[in-house]
Amino acid sequence: MAGSRLAVARTAKLYVRGAFPRSESGRSYVVTSHDGTFLANAARASRKDARDAVTAARGAFAGWSGATAYNRGQVLFRVAELMEGRRDQFVREVADAEGAAADDAAALVDAAIDRWVWYAGWSDKIAQVAGAANPVAGPYFNLSVPEPTGVVAVLAPQRSSLLGLVSVLAPVIVSGNTTIVLASRTRPLPAVSLTEVLATSDVPAGVVNLLTGYPAEVAPWLASHEDVDAIDLAGAVPLPGDEPEVSWGDLEAAAAPTLTRVLRPAGDGPADAPDGAVEPDWRPTPDGPRRILTFTETKTVWHPKGR
Amino acid sequence: MPGFEYAPAPESRDVVDVRGSYGLYVGGEFVDGGAGSLKTVNPATEEVLAEVAVASADDVDRAVRAARKAYEKTWSRLPGAERAKYLFRIARIVQERARELAVLETLDNGKPIKESRDVDVPLVAAHFFYHAGWADKLEWAGLPGRAPGATPRPHGVVGQVIPWNFPLLMLAWKVAPALATGNTVVLKPAETTPLTALLFAEICEQAGLPPGVVNIVTGAGETGAALVRHPGVDKIAFTGSTDVGRQIAKTLAGTRVKATLELGGKAANIVFDDAALDQAVEGIVNGIFFNQGHVCCAGSRLLVQESVAEEVVTRLQRRLTTLRVGDPMDKNTDVGAVNSRAQLERITELADSGDAEGAHRWTAPCELPDQGFWFAPTVFTDVAPAHRIAREEIFGPVLSVMTFRTPDEALTKANTTPYGLSAGIWTEKGSRILWMADRLRAGVVWANTFNRFDPTSPFGGYKESGYGREGGRHGLAAYVKEA
Amino acid sequence: MTATDVDPAARARDVIGVSTLDDAALRRYLHGLPGVDEVGADARAAGLATRSIKTTAKAWALDLAIRVIDLTTLEGADTHGAIRNLCAKARRPDPTDPTCPSVAAVCVYNDLVPVAVEALKGSGVKVAAVATAFPSGRASMAVKLADTADAVNAGADEIDMVIDRGAFLAGRYLEVYEQIVAIREACAHGRPEGGAAHLKVILETGELGTYDNVRRAAWLAMLAGGDVVKTSTGKISPAATLPVTLILLEAVRDWWTATGAVVGVKPAGGIRTAKDAVRHLVLVNETAGPDWLDPDRFRIGASSLLNDVLLQRRRMAIGAYAGPDHLTPAL
Repeated sequence: MAGSRLAVARTAKLYVRGAFPRSESGRSYVVTSHDGTFLANAARASRKDARDAVTAARGAFAGWSGATAYNRGQVLFRVAELMEGRRDQFVREVADAEGAAADDAAALVDAAIDRWVWYAGWSDKIAQVAGAANPVAGPYFNLSVPEPTGVVAVLAPQRSSLLGLVSVLAPVIVSGNTTIVLASRTRPLPAVSLTEVLATSDVPAGVVNLLTGYPAEVAPWLASHEDVDAIDLAGAVPLPGDEPEVSWGDLEAAAAPTLTRVLRPAGDGPADAPDGAVEPDWRPTPDGPRRILTFTETKTVWHPKGR
Repeated sequence: MPGFEYAPAPESRDVVDVRGSYGLYVGGEFVDGGAGSLKTVNPATEEVLAEVAVASADDVDRAVRAARKAYEKTWSRLPGAERAKYLFRIARIVQERARELAVLETLDNGKPIKESRDVDVPLVAAHFFYHAGWADKLEWAGLPGRAPGATPRPHGVVGQVIPWNFPLLMLAWKVAPALATGNTVVLKPAETTPLTALLFAEICEQAGLPPGVVNIVTGAGETGAALVRHPGVDKIAFTGSTDVGRQIAKTLAGTRVKATLELGGKAANIVFDDAALDQAVEGIVNGIFFNQGHVCCAGSRLLVQESVAEEVVTRLQRRLTTLRVGDPMDKNTDVGAVNSRAQLERITELADSGDAEGAHRWTAPCELPDQGFWFAPTVFTDVAPAHRIAREEIFGPVLSVMTFRTPDEALTKANTTPYGLSAGIWTEKGSRILWMADRLRAGVVWANTFNRFDPTSPFGGYKESGYGREGGRHGLAAYVKEA
Repeated sequence: MTATDVDPAARARDVIGVSTLDDAALRRYLHGLPGVDEVGADARAAGLATRSIKTTAKAWALDLAIRVIDLTTLEGADTHGAIRNLCAKARRPDPTDPTCPSVAAVCVYNDLVPVAVEALKGSGVKVAAVATAFPSGRASMAVKLADTADAVNAGADEIDMVIDRGAFLAGRYLEVYEQIVAIREACAHGRPEGGAAHLKVILETGELGTYDNVRRAAWLAMLAGGDVVKTSTGKISPAATLPVTLILLEAVRDWWTATGAVVGVKPAGGIRTAKDAVRHLVLVNETAGPDWLDPDRFRIGASSLLNDVLLQRRRMAIGAYAGPDHLTPAL
């Protein structure tokens, strides 16, 4: 190999409270490319890592939800700027993970960056689209506004390692929620690179926390956690042809005692039916701010009008 | 013991390169104008800053055709998401060149550098950011007249005429929503303040904006008139005096061209006896002396509850002795120069009418420079509603003070005016704020604050202060077809 | 300049317009003062913080900043040696520059007052002692009076007391008032040189919750005869923010308009840089006015601030950015 240079491999770690720790369990697991080539030993998150991530997310909520919508929009736009700068890296990682041809991978990465920009622009508009001044029958000022629900756990899609990830992550944080994301088990590396982007983009520590590892080990602890306000079960859908690692019905049941808001995965059938849930095609632009509003609460305020 | 004298703290002019002469910006290029040139002057020193081309009717025609071509060939074919990214780029470049823009604005307009740096330019960037995000989301903006779920369609080419009081900010208020909705633009900046618009043209180039999407035609009243009556323009947006607004409305009568007009005001700033007094005084000062009073929504009438009138006026006068009037390029200046000799004459004439009609004049003690156009902050008390200074827009740092006894009386006095742009309410009682806000005939009501602007917040007037709104979801409506 | 000739109780009854002071009368009066709009107050303070103080103005302001510092150490670990170091620094902040003024005072715990008095003999630098179960104020009146007496007897020139925040927040205004009156009385007896120690009243604004409360507490302190209204103990955060200092300056200005009496203002805690200090001086200049730009009417309670001011002073002298090696240690 005259003239070839040994590359310095990146260590894939968790992302919690703005830092990159290994799993407290010390474990890792093998991540391969679509064709079985070794890529990395990614941290294998434990339930304690999940617990710590929830604490980090809760700690960051007051600051992030208290920022102006303008500020959040600018921060998210900055993330897109830095994603654009790392485009080549993302294309390589998506191609490795999904087995996509170079052109397809490039299109997916471009779509992911544009999706992020799309969501950034919603920050200071959601209140105008989903809020309302209500014409109550009395001398009262009455206003309804959407507010972020709090700490949201997200099971990122198994198949779409960057575009799918962006499509579930951005809508959660744009309104002021903080989050714990469990990356695709077999395709986590684009997510790891995304956290490196987040760490350098003015996103406050703890707003986004990323765990890599096994859904069966981590997801039930997130679903049942008393301090998690909502959970997105998109990642409970296995890769086509695979057996599900977790049942989204079981996760929803685990979330029920604390009335955690649940976003069920796409699909028509119940959890126990084969193909009851599918991973959608993430490419089309979302139909409105629905995914953002899923993770908001509506607050209505009254005030009399009188001299 | 000498007091705390603030030494001169001049902002450096070096950050901006003011050229000797400027052409028009048409079809992505700087070109000569056909109607000679005008000189733009620094109103603080009367120094000539630059010569600027005057666009003839032919030049306006060329600009409109360039805008039409850009609309049909490029801009209307771009997906909203791509338009959005151009606007994001513009917002970013405005932020990158913020100091340069602020200095140029201060040199050309006369407003304090502190204001152009901390208020005008940041709002400009914010407007472009906000509207960038709408460009690919218009179907959810709740715009009236559309079939559910359809993307609203732009008009095509819009003609925009803006005033001299917030030159770059008024440009942002016009251009950002126009571009976000898919229109292309021909914009005429004010005669006395063309320079930041021309620097904005350079920013469009740096952003890679396709040629002809934004066109800048400098000139005076005739250029504006040529633009307004041009048959190739699908929509007109105008901010300026009520008189010119009336002329535009008349010009467009019987055509199918829609207009939004943002005109003058004579806002009432209403202070109740239970107001948070120190903050109310700040609000009064901000309301009429911010930007030298050259603000359409200025709180130019203070309506103060009689029981606290003397205390409020005393506190106000004491506060005004700390206002710093002077070199706009000094970072400690609070009140800058009047924009032009013509405007100074108007202010002087109206203020003199206050004396003549029997009001009592008080002027803030300050040393005014010899060169330049200056008017010291002035407060008239014993003003009657019939006085000219109570009825006519002065557009300068002159406050007219009247009293009232009850909320109903305050309301009547506030509303008895042909204008209806804005109003202020100062009271610690929430229900009274909402009761008054319901009944004030004004497009913008500020409670316990004043002169607050945000790209998300619709702005515009009732009655002869104009029609249409700028900013927010509501501001998009003017820039799309109704059906 | 304690107004010992004025009977605060009589003046208070006069200002409030009652023949007997009680909780109800105090509540009506204090709650009848104009409210403070939080957003507006923050905006005014932020606006004044943009003042650009350069060259000659900066030099003047830096010197004034030094002259109004109460150089403070309030640590459990304070020793006689630490106090002597503090006092040496207070006298001559910059040993290499004789043009550097002394600070206004040192501020120490009251058992160390004798050490400070001895160390500062003949210097003109005052000795201030914290008292009344500083910082919490949670002790019996007997303890608080004894605490004060100790300091006064040991020669303290100034007493920094804390108000009873529990009583204030529970609306027991008369109790807060009477405590201040009693401590003021204690300041007037037992001083070795005679005369009365000046009384600074610490409101602990960080615990009061609202700007309305800050204004009310300031007025209560002035009604009770305090000589200075002070923001904080410096032991909790937030301490002396610009808006809080603004409100105190407005209060003393309005008090002067109402009664002709002068009360001083002391922000303390959290003022670490020369820039912060100059911003406070600008607030004084444009709120209470230039007459308050004097150590008799304005102090800044600080520890590490002094060295940052000295660094800025040095920078202006040498024309380059200065480093801390040329200064003596902060404490």
